[in-house]
Amino acid sequence: MKNMMRPTRRSILRAGAASAAVLAMPAYLRAQSQSVKIGILQPVTGALAQDGDFGRMGAEMAIKEINDSGGLKGLGGAKLEMVFGDARSNPEAGTQEVEKMQADGVAAIVGGFASPICLAATQAAARYDLPYIVDVGVSDPIVQRGLKNTFRFAPGFGIVTGVALDNLVKLNDGAGKPAKTVVLVHEDGLFGSGLAKLMQTELPKRGFEILETIAHPTPARDMSNVALRIRSLSPDLVIPSSYYGEFVLLARTMQQQRIRPKGVYAVLNGAASNYRFVKEFPDAANGIMDCNHWYDPRNPKALELKKQVEAQGKVFAYNVPLNYSCVKLLADAINRAGSADRAKIIEALNTSTFKDHIMPYGETKFVNGQNMGAAPVNTQVQGNDIKVIFPDSFADAKPQFPVAG
Amino acid sequence: MMYSPAIIAEAVVNGLMTGAIYALIALGLTLVYGVLHIINFAHGALLTAAMFAVWAVHVAFGLDPYLAILPLTPLFFGLGYAVQRFVIGPASHGSDSNILLVTLGLSIAIENALLAGFRSDTRSLNTDYGFQVVELGPLLLSKPRLIGFGAAVLVTVLLWLLLSRTDTGKAIRAVAKEKLGASLVGIDVAHVYAVTFGLGCACLAVAACLLMPTFYVNPRIGQAFVLVAFTIVVLGGMGSIPGALLGGLFIGVVESLCGLFLGDSLGQIGIFLIFILVLLVRPTGMFGAKA
Repeated sequence: MKNMMRPTRRSILRAGAASAAVLAMPAYLRAQSQSVKIGILQPVTGALAQDGDFGRMGAEMAIKEINDSGGLKGLGGAKLEMVFGDARSNPEAGTQEVEKMQADGVAAIVGGFASPICLAATQAAARYDLPYIVDVGVSDPIVQRGLKNTFRFAPGFGIVTGVALDNLVKLNDGAGKPAKTVVLVHEDGLFGSGLAKLMQTELPKRGFEILETIAHPTPARDMSNVALRIRSLSPDLVIPSSYYGEFVLLARTMQQQRIRPKGVYAVLNGAASNYRFVKEFPDAANGIMDCNHWYDPRNPKALELKKQVEAQGKVFAYNVPLNYSCVKLLADAINRAGSADRAKIIEALNTSTFKDHIMPYGETKFVNGQNMGAAPVNTQVQGNDIKVIFPDSFADAKPQFPVAG
Repeated sequence: MMYSPAIIAEAVVNGLMTGAIYALIALGLTLVYGVLHIINFAHGALLTAAMFAVWAVHVAFGLDPYLAILPLTPLFFGLGYAVQRFVIGPASHGSDSNILLVTLGLSIAIENALLAGFRSDTRSLNTDYGFQVVELGPLLLSKPRLIGFGAAVLVTVLLWLLLSRTDTGKAIRAVAKEKLGASLVGIDVAHVYAVTFGLGCACLAVAACLLMPTFYVNPRIGQAFVLVAFTIVVLGGMGSIPGALLGGLFIGVVESLCGLFLGDSLGQIGIFLIFILVLLVRPTGMFGAKA
């Protein structure tokens, strides 16, 4: 499956032949069809390889679409040329790839995925005033260091958790307040502990009682004890924040131990809005809610892309539409700047009102590098599919809460 | 906080079931130590390789993990035999410290080969019985883990019978006790070493087949088990088979109860406290008086 994205011998030969043809052309012809290089940075090897592959797929789809429909209009039809860098799932490698892209003369960089990679890569790019559009990286310091080159199209941690809490109250009120007690389960690293701490202060203010906060390590060998403690407490709600492997283990163990709370409400979870989890363990996944990045399920373009991706036997994870939209956002800025000049692209991004994306966002508006039009959505696994339940303007299903045992 | 007796009972039973698998992994380690007098640092990497083998035959041929015991156990026995006979043995030139380094090098080579071949994704299997439970009074016991418990105890008993009742077993014990004497009475020491290493790998293959219905695999997962297995070997007595079984069950229960009362992040603290205590108070372990 993954091999489809790798260059084959034939595609390299083809690219080689094409570049040889370009070199053979007289200089005045070359100037007309000049291309603009953009850097795509994703971790396609190492622990985050799955996400990196998704991100690259989205970026490639957008580049192909722009080039097939006449290239960059603002630059006389110049084509986009991808310079790909593998961040190898660590910040050091991400920085090295930024240096390589700089040497290669890219006009801007898109991607990064994980917060630590985004933090390091944006800083490296800032030294060259190289515009950088962060695709996912939710850590808020990414856009709070005053870096003029850094833009984040997606919502950050603060926005996501705020929306998650508001929608939890809305969900509970809408169902006649069936949920009162909560157990928090979190992985004991930076991500899980930070989220749990926030929930511990915010949930009681909103009328929920936290029965217990259960931490677990990553990787965890066994979730039986966590499940036993949840069973003995029998809370109305379980709020988990864990990575993929551990959350799948927890959901399976809870199903096995017949623990059926009124709802499982995840925030930025590694598995709860992942089609792979739903496909592999449909019974354990059913009814689970998440507040996370997602595509706009009412956007025809998004649905068309989803069909294309699924036709290749791949998963339409949120990284695909997000990176697709980020490249489109960059192309829009280059078109309006009328130049591949870095300062002009940064200025065009700062004044962007980009709307041609496929995310459930409003008009793009960057304030200190953060897109204020961005928002997460709430999803729920319903009938072996992932549906959007909040906000109403983008929802394609009604929430099922309390979840029927 | 306090829990109802049913919850505590279930935690104890869960611990016993996990402990039996730990014991099986420790068995291979203790056997190799008892005979070759070295700690096999490649043990964790070999377990990871076995888990990937179970995953691969399931994905490629649809072979059930429990049925995979039949082809994989002899395969890993052969693999272990060959590794000792043709890699570790010749490379060590008869020096124990060399063997240590060779097994350490092997573990690095195996782990990175797996990383290159399978990438670092976490993978798991979905079986029909993965979720099934057996109801025992108020207890809900996971069926695959119950099977794992039974099979692990059975393998331990079989191995013990092999060592105490067969000629091969007698040869292994003879080499373990007195290498020079054994070779003087005509025992092929290099062959016995390789058989022992093969048996250790065969134990890992069985453990991998019993783990995969409920567990996941990635190229670094073996390390998580091998540290616990090492503690069990020290607790049970280096080279002792009943020691490995009882030690494994005990460590499993300790880990489970610590996890329940202290939280899973601190669940392993009990294991390492025991490790330190045993080294201080009874360095030979429970059954290690002979050493």
